[in-house]
Amino acid sequence: MLKIARRALLASMVASGAILAIAGSATAQEPKYGGTLNVVIQPEPPGLMLGLVQNGPTQMVAGNIYESLLKYDHDLNPMPSLATGWDVNDDGTVYTFALKEGVTWHDGEPFTAADVVFSADVFLRETHPRLRVSLEHVETIEAVDDYTVRFTLKQPFGPFLGIFEVGTMPMVPKHIYEGTDFQNNPANATPIGTGPFKFDEWEKGSYIHLVKNEDYHVEGLPYLDDVYWQVIPDAASRAVAYETGKVDVLPGGSVENFDVQRLVDLENSCVTGKGWEYFAPHAWMWLNNRNGPLQDKRFRQAIMYALDRNFAKDVIWNSLGTVPTGPVSTKTRFYTDDVPQYPHDPEKAKALLDEMGYDGEPIRLLPLPYGETWQRWAEAVKQNLNAVGIEVEMVATDVAGWNQKLAEWDYDLAFTYLYQYGDPALGVARTYISSNIAKGSQWNNVEGYKNERVDELFEQAAVAFPDSKRKELYDEVQKILVEDVPVAWLLEIEFPTIYRCDVKNLVNTAIGVNDGLGDTWLDR
Amino acid sequence: MRPATKDFWKRFLGNRGALIGLFILISVVLMAIFAPLIYPKDPWAMVQRPFLPPLDAQGFWFGTDTLGRDIGAGLVYGAQVSLLVGVVSTVVALAIGVTLGAVAGYYGGLVDDALMRFTEFFQTIPNFALAIVLVAILQPSTESVIIAIGVVSWPPVARLVRGEFLSLRSREFVQAARVVGQSNGQIIFGQVLPNTLSPIIVMASLMVATAILLESALSFLGLGDPNTMSWGYMIGAARTVIRQAWWMSVFPGVAILLTVLALNLVGEGLNDALNPRLARKGR
Repeated sequence: MLKIARRALLASMVASGAILAIAGSATAQEPKYGGTLNVVIQPEPPGLMLGLVQNGPTQMVAGNIYESLLKYDHDLNPMPSLATGWDVNDDGTVYTFALKEGVTWHDGEPFTAADVVFSADVFLRETHPRLRVSLEHVETIEAVDDYTVRFTLKQPFGPFLGIFEVGTMPMVPKHIYEGTDFQNNPANATPIGTGPFKFDEWEKGSYIHLVKNEDYHVEGLPYLDDVYWQVIPDAASRAVAYETGKVDVLPGGSVENFDVQRLVDLENSCVTGKGWEYFAPHAWMWLNNRNGPLQDKRFRQAIMYALDRNFAKDVIWNSLGTVPTGPVSTKTRFYTDDVPQYPHDPEKAKALLDEMGYDGEPIRLLPLPYGETWQRWAEAVKQNLNAVGIEVEMVATDVAGWNQKLAEWDYDLAFTYLYQYGDPALGVARTYISSNIAKGSQWNNVEGYKNERVDELFEQAAVAFPDSKRKELYDEVQKILVEDVPVAWLLEIEFPTIYRCDVKNLVNTAIGVNDGLGDTWLDR
Repeated sequence: MRPATKDFWKRFLGNRGALIGLFILISVVLMAIFAPLIYPKDPWAMVQRPFLPPLDAQGFWFGTDTLGRDIGAGLVYGAQVSLLVGVVSTVVALAIGVTLGAVAGYYGGLVDDALMRFTEFFQTIPNFALAIVLVAILQPSTESVIIAIGVVSWPPVARLVRGEFLSLRSREFVQAARVVGQSNGQIIFGQVLPNTLSPIIVMASLMVATAILLESALSFLGLGDPNTMSWGYMIGAARTVIRQAWWMSVFPGVAILLTVLALNLVGEGLNDALNPRLARKGR
């Protein structure tokens, strides 16, 4: 890929999926074999056994070692991985997967349907809280033969085909884990998967070394000889490591946003915001629907009109990301833009405040204590709100205090961002359904929004079948929510992946670098 | 004017360093007082395009920061915060330090021992570390910053005042006061304290400078009041972009440097003017 001027690149990324087309044309070039890739890993993962630990850095490294049945393209369409195909029965309750033959674990044992049943039904049910919730909809998981697996559901479950992502349902080897204490199995230190790279060495505090899997089940892959994941604890040092050539790839979130521009402007440096579609980090401001003027819908709408969300995107996030229209990310399934719009319109905001008789009662703003970017963002929002006459007092806090204040509902406005996991039933409903109003968590319905119709629609939509029926329900719920403004949606975040332009095919799926470097090659 | 006062001014104004310091200090004070007239807009207001270099646009001599806020406005309003915190926290520290030092030095014995052990307890904890802990516990705000700086700065005052009291309490004028029947309180505040004022004034001027530095350091670390624009905050917020935008951290840095330098020069001048024999010996 030629080095493309940053602005042009960003414009194309924002405008459409043009980056895909560019990447597509690049693959026409003959890939080269060999070479070592150096990638930053931040922070150092607590472990690499993906079935036990699913935080970001673990998944980023272990996505090379482990695989699941499916992958997802940037539009979240399922693609074959360890499964070559799948069938759904007419009422959406029985899913049958055909597994790839001739796949072996890194220790040479064959991968079969028994491994799938063990992974999903035994291992992950015990160790993976997020998957466990989805698996409650599953009645039985059976191996029909060595290369066919059948999932029988209690009732249709819309997001079902979306839970076969490697971080959600990694395949773990039955012959190693069956009958053992999963958490304390010594094999956790030397993870065995089916992926394109094998675990070699982990020098704690320094690097993780993975080597090419010569017996990888995809003919001709991987291209790279080995990969070093470099542990560099300080953001400025990570930037320097990239400048000096010690590392080739800075995955999303490894440098400060304000440093992105400078690094991208370097010679032979490219950037992409792709590869976050599955997670679709959605940033918003919690509006405490219980407190003072925030109880009034018009006040919350006024906040939406007062916010200059495009300014925040351009200035604070370096033009990366998309201004959302509502609760569902444009990258997530069942998104609709047929909802009330809230452009930056201070006059309208003032009119709404006048209409409700807002008396200038000050409200508190709790920024997300995740570094400079979020602090600047909060300051910009405070100015936006001041401009329409809302008095805002900024509250300073650390991460522990932020967690506590949200969990105890002790706030008026608070920043946050949450993942959507590709389906509203998995990543959206939890924020708005009234059964999720409970103190003690900052991931549930923290704002205290209550609407029976919304509860009903989310409940029906999760189990409706087929997708066209789900779409109707989700369209309606989005309209209601955007009208009611339970929270103020700010940005669909894209964390930029910065890399040398001669690293090819780095980001290919909806989870980006997390899906492994099997297709990646070096044009050197 | 009394001859002593006249002498003082003569000596003070004869010191070129002190004059320069006084001039800078008065400028900073005027800047702080007239901030709303110089920059009628809120220093937090986003008024121009972000990352505007100095002198690039009419009226934005100091450029703008990462959000397009006027650095000039930040400097002027920052002066308010720095001076306010510097002066008020020094007053707090003096109130604690002078009281404890006077009581310890005047009464001596067990009281002295107890109070000095208590003072040493504070002296053994590094100032800045203690200030950070206090602000973190109290939640960052202007009041908590002032309290924290006051609480960490009083021990030297206490020791100084105690020393002065120890040497003064057995002087004849004190004994005379006692014979006349003055109470302990009257003697402490009416007789001894006025005689210790000159070293306290000198120390206070230097303490204001230290307090401004402490406040800047706290704000730099993000522990300042999030609702007030201060110089330390400006540098802290600009440090991530220092390689692209030098002006965002340099101007507030220069402001801190000049103010602290001015206070030190004035302090030196006061010292020389109030203790003429000591000063002449030093030269």
